[in-house]
Amino acid sequence: MKIEININNNIEIHEVEPRVTLLDFIRDNVGLKGTHAGCEHGVCGACTVLMNGEAVRSCLVLAVQSMGDKIITIEGVNSEDSESGLLNIIQDAFCEKHGLQCGYCTSGMILTAEALLKVNTSPTREEVREAISGNICRCTGYVQIVDSIMLAADRLSKRNTSPDKS
Amino acid sequence: MKREKFKFLSKDRVPSENSRFVSGKGNFVADIDRPNMLHVAILPCHEPAAIIKKIDFSKALELKGVVDIVTGDELLNAIKPLLNGLDTPHVKRYPLAIKRVRYAGEWVCAVVANSRAVAEDALEKISLELIKQEFVLDAEEALSDKSPNVHPDHGSNILLEKKFIWGEVEKDFDKSDHILNYTVKWGRNSTVPIETFGVVAEWNNIESILDVWASIQMPKFSDHIATVLGLKGNDVRVHFDVDVGGSYGVKRGIKHTILASYISRKLNRPIKFIEDRLENMRAGDAHGPERKFNVSLAFDNNGKINSMKMRALDNAGAYAGRAPFQLGKPIGAIVGPYKISSVEYEAISVTTNKAVQEAVRGFGQAPTNYALETGVDKVASYLKVDKLDLRKLNFIKASEFPYTIPSGSEYDSGDYLTVLEKVFKETNYKDLINKRDKLRKKGIMAGVGIASCLEPSGGNSSFEPLLNEKNKTTTWMESCQINVDALGDIIVKIHTTSSGQGHETLVSTIVGEILEVSPEKIRVSRPNSLESLPGNSPVGSRMAIMLGGAAARAADKIKSKIMEIAKFKFGVSKDNLIYKNASVISNDGNVLTWQQIIDLCHRQINELPSGMDPGLASFDIMQVPTGGKLPKNNKVHMYPCYSFEFHLVLITFDPVICKPNILSYTVGHDCGTVINPSIVTGMTYGGVAHGIGAALFEEFVYDENGQLMTQSFLDYLMPSSNEIPEIKIVKHCTPSPHTYFGQKGSGESGYLGAPAAISSAINDALNPLKLEVSSLPIRMHFVSDLIASHENNGKFKK
Repeated sequence: MKIEININNNIEIHEVEPRVTLLDFIRDNVGLKGTHAGCEHGVCGACTVLMNGEAVRSCLVLAVQSMGDKIITIEGVNSEDSESGLLNIIQDAFCEKHGLQCGYCTSGMILTAEALLKVNTSPTREEVREAISGNICRCTGYVQIVDSIMLAADRLSKRNTSPDKS
Repeated sequence: MKREKFKFLSKDRVPSENSRFVSGKGNFVADIDRPNMLHVAILPCHEPAAIIKKIDFSKALELKGVVDIVTGDELLNAIKPLLNGLDTPHVKRYPLAIKRVRYAGEWVCAVVANSRAVAEDALEKISLELIKQEFVLDAEEALSDKSPNVHPDHGSNILLEKKFIWGEVEKDFDKSDHILNYTVKWGRNSTVPIETFGVVAEWNNIESILDVWASIQMPKFSDHIATVLGLKGNDVRVHFDVDVGGSYGVKRGIKHTILASYISRKLNRPIKFIEDRLENMRAGDAHGPERKFNVSLAFDNNGKINSMKMRALDNAGAYAGRAPFQLGKPIGAIVGPYKISSVEYEAISVTTNKAVQEAVRGFGQAPTNYALETGVDKVASYLKVDKLDLRKLNFIKASEFPYTIPSGSEYDSGDYLTVLEKVFKETNYKDLINKRDKLRKKGIMAGVGIASCLEPSGGNSSFEPLLNEKNKTTTWMESCQINVDALGDIIVKIHTTSSGQGHETLVSTIVGEILEVSPEKIRVSRPNSLESLPGNSPVGSRMAIMLGGAAARAADKIKSKIMEIAKFKFGVSKDNLIYKNASVISNDGNVLTWQQIIDLCHRQINELPSGMDPGLASFDIMQVPTGGKLPKNNKVHMYPCYSFEFHLVLITFDPVICKPNILSYTVGHDCGTVINPSIVTGMTYGGVAHGIGAALFEEFVYDENGQLMTQSFLDYLMPSSNEIPEIKIVKHCTPSPHTYFGQKGSGESGYLGAPAAISSAINDALNPLKLEVSSLPIRMHFVSDLIASHENNGKFKK
């Protein structure tokens, strides 16, 4: 069947089988490879994308269910608040605090952090831990991921209060 | 060369790989698509042991989109068995089961189709006719004559059985005041990366070349592929620019790669095979050690441990893999950080009807360390002395290095007591004990755990000839190439894949340090295996030492050439020249700038010393420091460097639900000179988390029918951010005398000590009830039952 999904503000129209997951649609039909398959049964969070601003597991959603929703993947997170091609504040904080190692869970972590910081601009470390507890990372032991999100929260809040905000 | 002050080394610098990963621009194997590519799905057999009578796939072949179906019988005539490094010619492993299935989940046939989904559809249309066989799951049972043989042609279930006696064991036992015997078990867990193993293989029959993209972490990978497929070494081109989504040892998908490569040659089309989670968990050849230790320690009244007898029985699973050798590496640090003068070590590896084991972080060191540390706690408890004091008494002292242990390895350097002092400045031991006691008064179960541990690093293969006399390998090199181009820009080439260790940052930092060029300006490139120099991949905590060492030596060669040119240009001796900020300055004020050097090397051969080659390039192939000899008298020196870590933990849990709460976790870590602090810190945090998983949650559990019960992430429990506490890391630096900058390995840190520390803490919490647990993972519901049973005076049991 032919479906239309808004991915990163582009309308993607593709012919797919009804059983195709949103994850496979993003990777195989749209060709955006930054969203990763981990367990494909909704536990590890590696495939997390934003659906209408909320973090969801794209392996548990069928592509056909996503018609009419606004999906943001890792490739689309920097479009709103930075120059094209540059990193946004959360991505930059993950770099700076080394909130990753192999990079496989990173896309999902960053999108989960995006969803958290949209609703809680100054989370405690415990709140960050709770928010990312559905995203499994095998490399970092989470400490530097929490550090990254705390740094991003701090910078985002300063940016929002800055009188020089352009 | 040792330097006191570094420009880039040991500085908090952002790893250069990070930006591509935070942008979703990593190049993982699943991201690679080739034109005209086919996909593979695997049919497993669900019996733990059976003879395959018939595979009927005629209906599957009729399905639209199915191109081919491959069985073990077909492979038997087409390829050689996989290599295992042991002398066990009748234990043969192929990518698919041949005539006989040896564990539940073993791969029986491969469906090749236009899409993975169609291949999976076809699996449902294949029927297997089987004759069930008897099976054995337990390692001790597998040793018995009454047990069925997993490989009948082999004649027994024993893959390896070796007994070593180093020093005067019996004498030391006789003269000691006490002997303590105990048994501990290490459960079958693994590193379980979030990315499963995947491979894309593409045979080109015009050029007779096989291209392989794989999420691999494996020494001599292309040699293995060529040997098994009967190709020349230069027919196989492995692409090292694939980012590996976590490995920590296990990404050795050799059977997957052979299978995909074979099919690609047969069909002359690119083949993609990305394991799904089930394929990975039950048959990806990715389980870790499952080990039972029987240990005797001989010690004196004052707590001095004199001798140890250790029997380690490992359940390798159905085929050899690398599992038996994981009993060998711990020999290199068999006494841990302690002065134990003699050791008897019996290593037994058996086959059973479970999935295959592969290399896991530490290569067997974490289980052995858990066994040893548990013993040290037991001795302390027996003598009623503090377990910390007992460790301090038995530690090798800073002044005693280099220190040769009974099994032949020479520890390079260390200062264990200073690391402990630093840890206690961060988290005071006595205060922690007081805190524990206060919590206990409130009715909370509370325990303080400690563990000390060594991380042998540098990765040579000395355990292979020690365990298999036919193996004469002494060489275990790593290499690096540098080219400075005609614009003066630097390219450094590394010849392996990485799985999160930051090797690009490692080499750019080191080459930048030596040539005094900003590492950001250095481009790191990963040529494919045909363009590469020999190497052995990131195993055995070796890359800071070996890749870092080769990069440093290659950079030194560039610098030497520059100095030769300057000497010639200025007509002065080398003593009158200094290299500074990528220029050479003579003592009479002449300066040869980087741009001038580039011009001379690339454009003005007439200005170069007579006979000097043009260009500015170098390479280095480096042998592991110190090793290089075959074993003698059953002893061998193994790794060059020995990092030290010390864990201090406070755990609480309520006596009914027993949900563990890690209130305090501090690690002292000494891995010599650190190249990039945030990378080393991150690996230590990650290792501790992985160790907490092994201690409390993670296990591949088989039921009595030989079925794997924990094959999804809903059953195989990995710690989330809620289970891992804030971890404090205290750093110390005792440089290694054997490495370029004094660096040691750090990739396994945390995982080697954390399981022992968690176990120590939980046993401390149970100590007032005179209860103990002696196997990992510690199931807290079991602890709850244990406490309940105790409180009811044993009236009811689980």
